[in-house]
Amino acid sequence: MKLKRFSPLAAGLVVGALLLSACGSDNNSSTGAGTSDSASPAAAAGTCASGTLNAEGSSAQQNAIDEVIASFTSDCADATINYNPTGSGAGITQFTAGQVDFAGSDSALKAEAGEVAKAKQRCQGNDAWNLPMVTGPIAIAYNVKGVDSLVLTPEVAAKIFKGAIKTWDDPAVAALNKNTKLPSAAIKVFFRSDESGTTENFQKYLSGAAPKVWTDAPSKTWPGAGEGREKSSGVAEGVKSTADSVTYVEWSYAKDNNLGVSQIDNGAGPVQLTGEAVGKAVAAAKQAGTGNDLRLSLDYTTQEAGAYPILLVTYEVVCSKGLDAGKTALLKDFLTFFSSTQTQNSLEQVGYAPLPEQVRTKVEAAVKAIS
Amino acid sequence: MSATTAPPPGQPAGDPPASLLSGTGTSRTGDRLFAAATRGSSALVVVLVALTGAFLLWKALPALQKDDVNFLTSRVWQPAGEPPRFGIAALLWTTVLSAAFALLLAVPVSVGVALFLTHYAPRRLARPLAYLVDLLAAVPSIIYGLWGAYVLGPVIAGVDSPPRKALETVLGWVPLFEKTGVARGNVFLASVVLAIMILPIITAISREVFEQVPVANIEAALALGATRWETIRVSVLPFGRPGVISASMLGLGRALGETIAVTIILSQPSSLDRFKLSIFYGGETFASKIANNASEFSTPQKTGAYIAAGLVLFLVTFAVNAVARVFITRRGEV
Amino acid sequence: MATATIEAPASGPGSVHSSLHRSARSRKARDRLATLVVLLCLLLAMIPLAWILWTVLSRGAGLLGDAHWWTNSQRGITARRVGGGAYHAIVGTLLMALVTAVISVPIALGTAIYLVEYGRGTFARAVTFMVDVLTGIPSIVAALFVYALWVTTFGFQRVAFAVSLALVLLMIPVVVRSTEEMLRLVPRDLREASYALGVPRWKTIVKVVLPTAFSGIVTGIMLGLARVMGETAPLLILGPYTTSINMNIFHGNMAALPTFINQDRNQALQPALDRVWSAALTLIIIVMVLSLAGRAVSRLGSVKK
Repeated sequence: MKLKRFSPLAAGLVVGALLLSACGSDNNSSTGAGTSDSASPAAAAGTCASGTLNAEGSSAQQNAIDEVIASFTSDCADATINYNPTGSGAGITQFTAGQVDFAGSDSALKAEAGEVAKAKQRCQGNDAWNLPMVTGPIAIAYNVKGVDSLVLTPEVAAKIFKGAIKTWDDPAVAALNKNTKLPSAAIKVFFRSDESGTTENFQKYLSGAAPKVWTDAPSKTWPGAGEGREKSSGVAEGVKSTADSVTYVEWSYAKDNNLGVSQIDNGAGPVQLTGEAVGKAVAAAKQAGTGNDLRLSLDYTTQEAGAYPILLVTYEVVCSKGLDAGKTALLKDFLTFFSSTQTQNSLEQVGYAPLPEQVRTKVEAAVKAIS
Repeated sequence: MSATTAPPPGQPAGDPPASLLSGTGTSRTGDRLFAAATRGSSALVVVLVALTGAFLLWKALPALQKDDVNFLTSRVWQPAGEPPRFGIAALLWTTVLSAAFALLLAVPVSVGVALFLTHYAPRRLARPLAYLVDLLAAVPSIIYGLWGAYVLGPVIAGVDSPPRKALETVLGWVPLFEKTGVARGNVFLASVVLAIMILPIITAISREVFEQVPVANIEAALALGATRWETIRVSVLPFGRPGVISASMLGLGRALGETIAVTIILSQPSSLDRFKLSIFYGGETFASKIANNASEFSTPQKTGAYIAAGLVLFLVTFAVNAVARVFITRRGEV
Repeated sequence: MATATIEAPASGPGSVHSSLHRSARSRKARDRLATLVVLLCLLLAMIPLAWILWTVLSRGAGLLGDAHWWTNSQRGITARRVGGGAYHAIVGTLLMALVTAVISVPIALGTAIYLVEYGRGTFARAVTFMVDVLTGIPSIVAALFVYALWVTTFGFQRVAFAVSLALVLLMIPVVVRSTEEMLRLVPRDLREASYALGVPRWKTIVKVVLPTAFSGIVTGIMLGLARVMGETAPLLILGPYTTSINMNIFHGNMAALPTFINQDRNQALQPALDRVWSAALTLIIIVMVLSLAGRAVSRLGSVKK
């Protein structure tokens, strides 16, 4: 009776679903190859273990690690690496709980929070290492018509982001940009409305380099002036579509949106944001770890000539020993590929800075020492 | 509970005559099992709603107890601090303002559309047109958000957009329409998009009600020589009013809880700014606040603060739906 | 136009009388004005629909013609690379919807049957009220509830099944409402004829009442599915995105079309933005086909009165 009329429909649905589930493919090596800037035929140098690695953590390194995974797996077809950008805290929690094989984190494991001990337990009594892998500069990105270059000192930047300097032709800004004609327009600040590690790191810089102006304790929420937009894409889009605006955002978003990027004068003259300038700041950082634990202590007030100081370093947190053999081989292959000169250099296209050579070689050596 | 044994006079649709219930033993067992199963499903629905409230309260309480500011009157939101400081005043204001303004925009248009579909459009056109209006309800909210923020926003809500400028110039002296510098992510734009989203809901229910106006009422007015509009005014609208009100309440409920579209659209004002009542100001609703920070539920305390916000949203929508229901029952079941 | 439509006073015959006494010309003019206003309302409602559809079509149609869009995932594709497809997200969306339907349809049918066939008294009123409350529950609240239950209480991972649980809360009321409506339309005579033949009540419901109302029930299910497939909030809270295909609802991340859109809209580069609008178009097509088909089914097999 009635049911009969619908049985062809139901049958159609089921057959359609079956067909659909049969023909899907994760293999994009042929379709995904059509890019102009791919720096991928690189794993040639390395070896290709097979298997699956799961990782989780910081979203700050997402674009970098996604590119690297894409390049790595297009060369090593039998390897699968999943990176889940849920945030540094979640990454470390998942890592110490044994849910993922390595974690990505904006900060090294904290001993006082018990993370070091927990990680050691997870690695079956072996130390966990923090390997600096991705350097993400934060740009002060602006959109002011007719202003092609802009120089800011930490104090002036802090005052702008506090709302104390309200116009672009404020004497304090003008004094730093004598050769640029600045408009009298009001400065429109955009900030991240979601809780964000970028917000925290930018505040770490401001409170480190301009402690008198930026008195707030760095946190993931924004205590300064402006209009909040959601995520990096939101603030970047806000600046792009609003005249006389400024924001802090990962370099990649400033690049992708063709925004102006301010030079920073930390006391040793204006420094343009380049991969090399960021590398200098990383090289100037103190080594805070011992042996192959390569945690860094960044110096936001660095006076080193040509060093760009606003940056965050993402660590891959790994077990020095204790992962099962198959996974260890793949992990080593992948991290070797990640820390190779060629891969690191290719990151600049995506808006990250390559590790400076002296740090990179240490990371490479540490990866070799994983067993 | 007495459903299968002694049906009282007001029988539900399918009650069999009592005499036939004394059938064979097996069928009575079957009947009892079946009735129990349906009652179980119903009980599950009740339990689910109760559990929702209970769980949210349970998970919110520890954070609420540690809260260092007044949860209801504070505008601060720093749930990660020690002690945490978070209050919902600003969230509540933006949520209510955006939903109320959306309702103000949507109700007149919805009623107009419903009237057109029921009393103006030729019969052959009415159904396809109703389909089209219903299609608005089939657009996923994330698409409303993208379209609202990047396509509609620059046209109507940017600092230099004519509709916004006109409103700011004419009504700028009212605090509700005060001029602000917020670029595009203001409550005004969110409300317009919300209004479009709830329009099909209000239209559909209003249409249903308008269709039920007794023919006698309409014919009486027409017999008196009333024009079509007069007929509508004296017979259709008064009859349909409770229905329209309950439809509006349902629309309001939907607007209060809409998440992703509002999240994409709204800007958040800085904590340093003077708080403004204006619809051209930014802000965050309960839903957008929670969604925006969903990836930051890292500690029970922080999660608790967001769950507390969700609990208030639950209570507000619960109340709105209860009011809608009062109007529905007052005019009898639709 | 706002004033024209809502000012209507609650007027008795007296006001008809007075308005009829106004000059015929002004009455005609008012009538014409009212016609114009309601027509304008309709146009006003159509503008956003046309505009949205045009936006999504013009920006998103490009990739849909590519076979890879329907067969491939986004694995290995980054914001600056073209290629890949939406397969992982389409399958995820369908899978979560399927699980949602499997859980919620029996509960919803049971509830609707109870309300129509058995329900009376305080408990039935409470159930009706709770279904109403569920209808109005914001999806983010449903998601938070499941988060509080699944993640913070049980300590489970955020997986597709948890998303489905939240969607169940949103789907139940839709199906209950439409099923209830259809069951009430089933003529008494049918039931009585069945009882007269000595068929027990439950068999009457299963064999006579439900099949008669079948098309309406299917409509309700399809409309419910259309609603839950377009939801984003539960996915944000409970269903992290992945670029790979995952068919396991209890383990690992699973993509869905809304989270695919949400992921790539955070990019500034054209390949990603193209995919955003193409995924949006795909989602709109799925949801609209479901809801239009649902309505068509209800007309096709509606109960003859």
